[in-house]
Amino acid sequence: MTNKKVKVATTSLAGCFGCHMSFLDLDERLVELVEHVQFDRSPLTDIEHCSTDCDIGLIEGGVCNSENVHTLREFRKNCKILVAVGACAINGGLPAMRNHISLEDCLNEAYRDGLGVENAQIPSDVELPLLLDKVHPIHEVVKIDYFLPGCPPSADVFWKFLTDLLAGREPSLPYELVHFD
Amino acid sequence: MVIEEIQGDFMQQFIKQLAKDNDFKSTSLLSILRAIQTRYFHIPKEAIEQLAELLNIPRTQIQNVIAFYSFFHFEPRGKYDILISSSITDLMVGQEELINYFSEKLDVKIGEVRADSVVSLNNTSCTGMCDQSLAGLVNGYAITKLTKARIDEIVENVNKQLPLEKWSRDLFDVQDNIIKPDLLLNQKPTQGEAINATFARGLMETLNEVEKSGLRGRGGAGYTTAWKWKFCHEENADQRYIVCNADEGEPGTFKDRVLLNSYADSVFEGMTVAAAIIGATQGFIYLRGEYLHLYEKLEAILAARRNANLLGKNILQHGFDFDIEICLGAGAYICGEESALIESLEGKAGIPRNRPPYPVVSGYLNKPTSVNNVETFLAAANIAIHGGEWFANLGTAKSKGTKVLSISGDCAKVGIYEYAFGTTIQTILNDCGASDVLGVQVGGPSGTFISNDEFERKIAFEDLATGGSFIVFNNSRNILDIVHNFSHFFAHESCGFCTPCRVGTSLLKKQVDKIVEGHGSAGDIVALEELCQLIKNYSHCGLGQTAANPVLTTLERYPELYQSMLKKISYEPGFDLDKSLETARRMAHRDDAHAHLAQVED
Repeated sequence: MTNKKVKVATTSLAGCFGCHMSFLDLDERLVELVEHVQFDRSPLTDIEHCSTDCDIGLIEGGVCNSENVHTLREFRKNCKILVAVGACAINGGLPAMRNHISLEDCLNEAYRDGLGVENAQIPSDVELPLLLDKVHPIHEVVKIDYFLPGCPPSADVFWKFLTDLLAGREPSLPYELVHFD
Repeated sequence: MVIEEIQGDFMQQFIKQLAKDNDFKSTSLLSILRAIQTRYFHIPKEAIEQLAELLNIPRTQIQNVIAFYSFFHFEPRGKYDILISSSITDLMVGQEELINYFSEKLDVKIGEVRADSVVSLNNTSCTGMCDQSLAGLVNGYAITKLTKARIDEIVENVNKQLPLEKWSRDLFDVQDNIIKPDLLLNQKPTQGEAINATFARGLMETLNEVEKSGLRGRGGAGYTTAWKWKFCHEENADQRYIVCNADEGEPGTFKDRVLLNSYADSVFEGMTVAAAIIGATQGFIYLRGEYLHLYEKLEAILAARRNANLLGKNILQHGFDFDIEICLGAGAYICGEESALIESLEGKAGIPRNRPPYPVVSGYLNKPTSVNNVETFLAAANIAIHGGEWFANLGTAKSKGTKVLSISGDCAKVGIYEYAFGTTIQTILNDCGASDVLGVQVGGPSGTFISNDEFERKIAFEDLATGGSFIVFNNSRNILDIVHNFSHFFAHESCGFCTPCRVGTSLLKKQVDKIVEGHGSAGDIVALEELCQLIKNYSHCGLGQTAANPVLTTLERYPELYQSMLKKISYEPGFDLDKSLETARRMAHRDDAHAHLAQVED
C-alpha cells in the first residue's frame, strides 16, 4: 500500500443508515483502516460535498427523489470507483415496496386522507426534493462499478472489499460472505 | 340482498354439481375452474372456499392455480372477454393500431373492464393463428383476420349483447391453409387401420418399426420416440399413461391446430398404438386453451371412435382397453414443457419438475408417462401401417422422415408445409413466395434467427431444429422490434419458479427496452450479453434456457445494429428521469427549476 491515503466518501440515499452502522462494526479494525484511508464527504465527517479526487464512493440506499439523483451524480462525478452497498442500493429494497402503489395514492394517504392527518395538504416548497414515481436501484441512474450485497453487508464484507482494493487486488467476496441462509 | 343470496345459492349448487360431475377429483381442478370462469367471468372467493372443501385440497393451491393461468381471474372480466394476440405476426399486420381502434370503439382501456361490466379487452400471447392474423379470442373462442370492418361488427354485437351463438360464423372461421402436403399429410388411412396393423405385426415388432423409422419428437427437442416408449414400457408399474401434447404455444406454430382439425383420427390412432405398446389404458390430450374451438369437434370424434370400438374396452377384439380424455389448458406457454404439462394435468400450476426422474419413469400421478407431440402421434400411426422404412427413406442421416412447418410472416402463401428433413431454407422460401427476405425465425422465439446469408442451411435436428415455427421477415422489418416482442413474451410467460428466469427475463426485457428506446450507452451491450448468459446457464427449464436466444442469435449476426443504438456517452438511465417526477410536480403544484431533472448530467 502506498503512503498517500485513499479518499473514501459515503452517503445514504433512500436507506436506513443500517449499512453505515454495519460499517462501524469494523470496530478496532477502523483504527487500522484510517491509517490508509481518509474520509471525505460522509455522515461520519459532516463534509457536505465530495472533493474532486475521491477514490471510492460507498452508496447506501436506492434513488427515491430528485435530491438522491443529484447526490448520486455528484458521487459519480468525483469518485473513481462507485460502489452500491446493500440491498436497497442494489435492488431498491424496502423503500421500493411503494413501487406497487401509485405515487398519487402514497402521497394522498400520507398527507391528505390518512388517519390523524391535520392540516391536510401535499407539501410544496422549492426546498423540498420531489419524489420519483418509482424507487430505483442506483445502477439504473448512474454507472456502478461494484456491488456489496447484504442487508446490511457485514463488517467483514466491507473489510474484505476495502482491503482488496487497498492492496490493488480485484475485490472478490468469498462464498461465506455472500451466503445468507 | 335477497337476490344476491339466491344467486349465492345458485352458485353453490352449480359448483357442487361440477365437483360431483368430476368425481370430486382434484386433478379436474382446471376444468372445474374453466367452467366457473365461463359462467361467472371470474372465480369468486366463495367458490374457492367451497371447492377447497369439496376437492379436499388447500385453498392456497386453488389460488395458486388461478393466479398462474392467464385465463383465470380473481376479479370479474367482462361478459364478453376479448383478447387480442400480440404475437410478432400480429404486430406485422398492425396489431397496435387495431387494438387501439378496438379499445376506442368499445370505450374500454386495454387491460380493463368497461364500467357496465359488459366487455373487457386485453392482449394475449400468440393464439396459434399466425396464418390468419390479426387473431384473438372472444370468451375463449378463436376469431381471425380482424380488420376495422370486422372489429366494427364485433363492437356492434357486444353493444347489442348478442349471444355468441348468434354472431356471424365468419368471424370464427379458421382455415387449415394446407399448402404443401407430403408423406404424412397425403395419407388417408381408414379408421382402425393402424391399430389392426400393429396387432397383426405384434406390439414389440411395431415398436421395432418405430425405432427403424428413426422418428424423433416433433415438439422440437427431438428425443427418439421409440426409446421413450420402450423405457415407459419397461418401467415396473400398475398403470401407465399416454399424453398427447397439444399445448402448441410457441409463437408462430399452428400446425398442431391443423393436424387436430383435419387428421384427428390418425392422431388418436397413433395414441392408441402407443398405448398398446407401452401398456397404458388411459390417455390424455392436453389441448391449449386457445384451441377451445376444436374441443367439441374432438369430443365428437372420440365419441365416434368409442362407438366404432376404436376406443374403450377390448378394442377391435384385440383384448386391449384404452380411452382418451381431453384436458383444456388455460393460457400458459410453459405447459408445453412436458413435466409442467403433467403438473397441469394433475390440476396444479404448470411448474416444471426436477428431472430426473423423467416422465417415462415417474409422470402423471407418479406413474410412467409418455408425452409426445401431436405430429409424432400422426407419424407413428402411419409408420404402424407402412413400416419404418417407408418413413426412414426420407430425410437425412440423423433426421428421418418429414417435418410439418407452420409458415407465417412476409410471404405470399402462409400456411402448412410438409418437407423432408434436409430441405434448405432457400427452397422453402421459394415455395412460400418470399422475396426481399431479411431473415427467418426458425423454431419460434426459443429457436434461432437466421440472416439472409444462411439460406443454404437445412431443416434438421443437426442443423436448424424446429418444432415447426417458421416466421419470414422482409427487409422492411426491424430486427430490434422482433427482439423486443420476443423478450416481452418470455418475461410474461416465465412461470416464476426459479430466480434466474423469473428475475432474469424481466431484467432482459428492461435492458432490451432501454436499448430499443434509445437510452443505451457504452456498457449496455456487455451488460445485455452477461444477462443473457446468466439466464441461459442457470435457469431450471427450457423456457429460461432459451429465453435469451432472440438476443443472442441476433447479437451474433447484427452486432453493428445493436451498437448503432448506443449513445456515445458512458451512461444514461434507462427511464425518463424528468417524466418520473411528473406526478409529484402536479400534486405539489410546482414547476420551478428544482422540480426538473436532466436525463444526462452536463
